[in-house]
Amino acid sequence: MNLSKILKNTFLVISACLILSACATKKVSEVGGQIQGDVYVGSDTVEYLASGVPDRVFFATNESILTTRSRDTLRKQATWLRKNSDVNVVIEGHADERGTREYNLALGERRANAAKDYLMTYGISASRISVISYGKERPVDSGSNPLAWSKNRRSVTVKAN
Amino acid sequence: MNLIRILIVLLFIQFKAYALIEVDITRGNLNPLPIAVSPLSSNKESQAEFEKILEKKNIGSEISLVVENNLKLTGLFNPLKKDAFLQKPDIAHLKPRFEDWALIKAQALITGKVEIVDEKLRVEFRLWDVLAAKEMLALAFTTVPSNWRRVGHIITDKIYERLTGEKGYFDTRIIYVSEEGPKTQRIKKLAIMDQDGHNLKYLTLGNELVLTPRFNPTNQMVTYLSYFRNLPRVYLLDIETGEQEVVGDFPGMTFAPRFSPDGKKIIMSFAMDGNSDIYTMDLENRVVERITNHPSIDTSPSYSPDGKYIAFNSDRSKYQQIYVMKSDGSNVKRISFGNGLYGTPVWSPRGDLIAFTKLHKGKFYIGVMRTDGSGERLLTENFYQEAPSWSPNGRVLIFYRETKTDDKGEGFSAKLWSIDLTGYNERLVPTKTDASDPSWSSLLSN
Repeated sequence: MNLSKILKNTFLVISACLILSACATKKVSEVGGQIQGDVYVGSDTVEYLASGVPDRVFFATNESILTTRSRDTLRKQATWLRKNSDVNVVIEGHADERGTREYNLALGERRANAAKDYLMTYGISASRISVISYGKERPVDSGSNPLAWSKNRRSVTVKAN
Repeated sequence: MNLIRILIVLLFIQFKAYALIEVDITRGNLNPLPIAVSPLSSNKESQAEFEKILEKKNIGSEISLVVENNLKLTGLFNPLKKDAFLQKPDIAHLKPRFEDWALIKAQALITGKVEIVDEKLRVEFRLWDVLAAKEMLALAFTTVPSNWRRVGHIITDKIYERLTGEKGYFDTRIIYVSEEGPKTQRIKKLAIMDQDGHNLKYLTLGNELVLTPRFNPTNQMVTYLSYFRNLPRVYLLDIETGEQEVVGDFPGMTFAPRFSPDGKKIIMSFAMDGNSDIYTMDLENRVVERITNHPSIDTSPSYSPDGKYIAFNSDRSKYQQIYVMKSDGSNVKRISFGNGLYGTPVWSPRGDLIAFTKLHKGKFYIGVMRTDGSGERLLTENFYQEAPSWSPNGRVLIFYRETKTDDKGEGFSAKLWSIDLTGYNERLVPTKTDASDPSWSSLLSN
């Protein structure tokens, strides 16, 4: 990723925060400030591969772009995986229930691969990472509301062995 | 002037007196045709045989109930209450007393006879135009007794065809995914049933996740997605033998399968490194062909009935839209341009329309458009619904609908629904469990 792209992404994130803080104070307080720019930032469903290494990252609706926060999580995973070179992982990609089943299968695969690619750029061999998409088949929160949906738009790194 | 008026009136009367009944299925029918379905008659010996073979007392009545229920659910017919019938079934079948049937306002009458001949079920039936006092249709056929419900469906198909001028969709089956258990851990099984919900059978045990079953043109094979051994792949299942196999040898997820109209190929998506493209596999020589090659998601492919075109779903313009291309992958054209996202295009068996799912402002719609994208018409709106499948005559769509989970995490359900192409006659299709991903077979008999 070149510098201009990084800058552009940062700018997007900043502008998204600005828009949110400007117009959505009520919305954020409704869900306890757990969603930022359509992405879940809470810790409700999160599990840990090891102390301080969260197992999952969250996505905006229809997106597979990794947020700054997600990249931070994945770097922690990469660091941990480098130290634990005998561990292989499966990355499970998921979507929320607000999309057609087949498209969501593809979207889940795309999200899992976004996470995989990022781990690979931090030195984790592709042979240690497999991906599987569950589309919208395995929500972690059964609710039908924006907060539940934001928790379900995720990719989860799971130990394979 | 007066003379002309009289002539017109005379012509009109003549027309009224001689034209046989026709039912227009191109519009929502606010005045369903009153029809009397007389129980099929049978003699004492046959009744004793029925009871021995089928454990049913009066198979003639049972068959007529199948017909009556089918006709009623079309919304085009109004089957009259049997307790008002004046004429006995056996006599009516020989020669109806039309005045009696006109008296109870029946415009059409179905009569018939059923018997056991050499351990076979022999059925004959007639359709009568009550006002014109004429026979419109008379048919007889023989089958094995266990097929008695199908007999009712075949009779309905023939009557529907005679009265509407179009093939029926009653001697058909629906394959779907049966769902049970909590939303976060659903147990899903392949299930197959008659179009009216009877003769339910499960084809898988629920040990692995299964999705999106679809029939081949002869209804003997089904292609679907299974997570067997946690490897999501497209499978092929022979319904009669239960044999199944993975379709192709792909190093990643294959999904969204359908048969080509000649049944010789399976078209599906293959996902690799975050990109889904459309492929076909020839079932005879196992040759795999790549049809799309684009960094976006390409999925939900569906052939036109002549096999020359493919409609599919792609987000190459950023969000999900419907595209049409030639079956070799050339000439890709976007056809959905309305507000919102579009998915699950399915080509009508008549070839002139594409049914789809649309998401707009938080609502889901089932709709149809012409194959060039013009004439978009939304048939039904709801919180969540998708995956339309056409009846073989292209007049009805079946799809599934999910309800909201409430704040206590309850209230979720997934059910099958059907709606006429006219946008009228929306109905819940009863299933034993929750259900999704329905696919309608073609006519089992012709």
